[in-house]
Formats: sequence, C-alpha cells, structure tokens
Amino acid sequence: MKEKIKIAAGQGFWGDLIDAPFHQVSQGVVDYLVMDYLAEVTMSILQKQKNKNPELGYAKDIPELMKRILPACLQKGTKIITNGGGVNPAACAEAVVNIAKSLGIEHLKIAIVMGDDIKGCVDEFITRGCNLDNIETGEPIISIKDKLLSANVYFGAFPIVEGLKTGADIILTGRTTDTGLTLAPMIFEFGWKVNDFDLLSAGTVAGHILECGAQSSGGNFLGDWQAIPNMAEIGFPIAEAFPNGEFIITKHPNTGGRVSFDTVAEQLVYEIGDPRNYITPDCIADFTSIRLDDLGGDRVRVYNIKGKPATEFYKVSCSYESGYSASATLTYSWPQALTKARAADSILRKRMENLNLKFDEIRTEFVGFNSCHGPLSVEIDEDKINEIMLRIAVRSNDYLSVERFGKEIAPLILTGPPSVTGFAGGRPKPVDVVAYWPALIPKKYVTPEVKIIEF
Amino acid sequence: MRMKIRLLNIAHGRSGDKGNAANIGIIAYDDKGYEIIKKYLTIERVKKHFEGICFGTVERFELPNLRALNFLLNDTLGGGGTVSLKLDAQGKTLAAALLRLEIEAGDK
Repeated sequence: MKEKIKIAAGQGFWGDLIDAPFHQVSQGVVDYLVMDYLAEVTMSILQKQKNKNPELGYAKDIPELMKRILPACLQKGTKIITNGGGVNPAACAEAVVNIAKSLGIEHLKIAIVMGDDIKGCVDEFITRGCNLDNIETGEPIISIKDKLLSANVYFGAFPIVEGLKTGADIILTGRTTDTGLTLAPMIFEFGWKVNDFDLLSAGTVAGHILECGAQSSGGNFLGDWQAIPNMAEIGFPIAEAFPNGEFIITKHPNTGGRVSFDTVAEQLVYEIGDPRNYITPDCIADFTSIRLDDLGGDRVRVYNIKGKPATEFYKVSCSYESGYSASATLTYSWPQALTKARAADSILRKRMENLNLKFDEIRTEFVGFNSCHGPLSVEIDEDKINEIMLRIAVRSNDYLSVERFGKEIAPLILTGPPSVTGFAGGRPKPVDVVAYWPALIPKKYVTPEVKIIEF
Repeated sequence: MRMKIRLLNIAHGRSGDKGNAANIGIIAYDDKGYEIIKKYLTIERVKKHFEGICFGTVERFELPNLRALNFLLNDTLGGGGTVSLKLDAQGKTLAAALLRLEIEAGDK
C-alpha cells in the first residue's frame, strides 16, 4: 500500500482554464489527475449532440487535451480520471485512442464506466412502481415524460475503482458524482472498504474541495481577494491523501493563488444543504466533523471526518424541454441613464402588450444598478450614474412570442429614449429552455458497467 | 453598549445554486465573529433581508468547526439555473448581498 498519494484537480467545470490540467501534470509529479466536466444540464446538451451524430456526446475538449497531457502522464505514471465521457464514453475513448496512436504511443488502456443512462428504461421503471418523482416538487415524471431529453443516474466512486483495478491509464465515465472522481483513487490505493464510512466521507470531503478547481486555492475568494498573489497564474488544488483518511490540500510551488483555512472553508460551504448530511452514492458525510489546520505555506491539513452509511437510492438527473427564452441588452448613457432605461423598458412592455405576446415571465434588470442584489441595491444619485445597461429577458412556451420579442429590441434605438447604444450582433434568437428534474431511484434498479478499451 | 456592525467586516462567504434554492455559506474571521453571527444571523433576520428576492422558506445550519453558518434560501433563483431569466441565475452574488447586512450587536 502506498503511504501517500497526490490527487490534482484539473477542471472545475467544462469551460475552465484549458491549460490547468497541463500545468497540474507538468509543474510537479502527481499520481492522479481528476477532472469534472458535467454540470446538471450538460448531459442534455451532450444528448442532443449525440442524437445528431452518434460519434459525439462527450466533452469535446478531451481529445485535444489528451494530445497535450498524455505523454507526460504516461511517462510519470499519472492516471487520469474524468466524467467527461458524458453520454458517450465509448466514443470519447475511441477519440482518445486515435489521438494516442497519432502521438506514437504504443500501449494505452482506457476503462469506461457506463450504465448511468436510464432514459430508455423510464417506462419500465414506472411499470415497476418507481415514479421518479421530482424531489423538489413531488410531481411524477409522467407529467414531463414526452419532453424528456436525458435521464442519468449519478454513480459514485466504486465503478471507477473497478476501472483502476484493471490497471487502466485513463478512466472515462458518464454521470459520476464530482466527489467520486477524487474518492476512487483513495479507495483503490488504500484498500478502503464499502463500509469504511468515515474514510469514504473523508475522501468525499476531499472531492468536494477539489471539484470546483481553483475555488479552493484563491479563486472567487470573498475575503481579502485583492491580496491573493498572482491570480493570473493561479495554481489548482492538490490533495495529498493518507491511508487514515487525513489529507492535505495544497498546490504546486511557484504558482499563484492561496491555500489557507479561509479559502478551503469557503469551498466547503459552497453548494451544500444540511452539512450533517452531505449525501453521495458512497456515504453520508458530516461536514460539521471536519477539522482544518492551516499549516502555512499553502498547506491545509484536513482530518477528523465522520460519516454514515449511504442511502438505498441513487440520485437521478433528468432534463426536459420547457419552452423558449431570449434576452437582450441596450446601454443608456448619462444624463438620466437609469430613467431612460426604465422608460425604454415601459415602452417595450407596452408594445409587447399591444401585440398580445404571451410570456410566462418578463424580467427587467438594470445592470450597473440592481441586476445582482435586486431590492437590496442602494438608491444612487442619478447624476453620478455614467451609464446603465438595460437587460430584458422573456420566457414562454410560445415560440413566436419569443421570436417577436427579439424583433422589438433594435427599434428602441430610433423610437425610444436618447443616447442609447450597444445593440449589435443581430436580433436575439429564441433558445430552447432545458429544465432540470432531480429524482431518486432504488440502487437495485441500476448496475454500472465497466468496459476496457486498449491497444 | 450597542454598536452597528456590517457583516462584511467580520465575515466572508460563498453562494451558489441548489435547484431553485440558493445556498449562502457565511464564515466568521474569528471566534468572536462567529458568536456574533450565531446570535444575530437568525432565520427571521435573513428572511427579512432577502424580502423580494427569496420567496420560500429559509433554512439555517451551524458549522462551528468552520465558524460558519449555512443558509438555504428556497424559491430564490427564478426557477433554477437553466430556467431562470436572472442575470445571476446561480445566486453567485448572494453571499455578497448578505454581507451588506448590518447587525446591532451588544443588545441584551
């Protein structure tokens, strides 16, 4: 058994710093590189891509990224774990194989984790009495079944562990929890068991700290953010994990950012509910048990983590079509910028009313005044406002109403209040609204599959 | 003695989305600060602060180990991340919005 492993975070979301994974594997030696690509709606976007082209449906950045990092990872023995396989891990693996061959790599083993896609089985589950009720609203999935775009189970760390046991260099998964990506190598290397709930919770907490990339190493830090060193070259977090469940959060030397009690604590409270019950497919972690020791030098020791057995359910993330939306902006300058923007909003609303357009919601925000904090925004002396951006957004099941909204924006320039600019790029087009449907499914209904692709 | 303390001066935090609910984690810089937020940052106080923003219930959780409180603001994000028409559809700026709050500390 190894006495210590280093797990490096490479992406906080699909669209994060493209060079971060490369820096993580080249600025030092790490045992694992973990990358989270899947936000809640990402699966529906990928499903649409796969519907159009059966060879797509995964994070398209991955093959290009592999070209850059694979030689270094194979040479140093760094294993790559990512959920960027999306709705098509097999196609993703094939693309990576092609890249590897073009680089002259002679041998590569990829494990793919599948079985999370249950869209095709929803009817069967309903007949078996599993209604996939929305856990926020209580509605049964029947009400939106015809509009369903995707339905994926969140698997935990153990299917990834199966992949690691095969000696794979890369693990590509579909819908896997962000935390499972980090927990899996700890289970594998330290021989943790399915009922080691404190240890599994420790690895889960490490995963929560790594899953949003540099958010735990000085990025988006609300404390003394101006004092965070060299944000331009921010180092992504690394967990140095030990067999007893303790770990140290740090980053590579000579990188920007900061790892401290405060930066780690901010990430720990990010997107959590009840801190005593942080539920994953692997365990229930108690965030109130976590102890942090700021060791200085961008090192924070994390220990004492407690946990409980997991529930009998997997979380299911479904997405469905829910009408159309569009948004537009216009910018008004001093003098009376806010008054002008407000007048333009009233004129537009009156015109849309005269046209009898149908919307579920029309939302107006004044960027530079109240778009972030709404009614908490402080009234300001209008003479001191240099400019205001009017932002209007609409949502409707009626495509034509949303389309017509898009045609009513530019005319405000010649037929509304003066000193207005910033309308470029054509009429705003209606976009499909994809809504999210969270549900639960008994674990016994679904089985993860691990497949090996190698050459 | 009574004194007005702006939350921004004794705490920091981070916010994000959980469906149509926003989560706001507030962390005091020191133990004294934690005693103040624990005492004065009640569900009622937070609910009132977010009048016109939060249309659901407010849930409150204590993490003394991090000197932190976590709030869940239900029905706050205009239908949630993908449906919401808000510029800040994920509630990323709501932690800062809570730090605007002024506490009258020292009250008996």
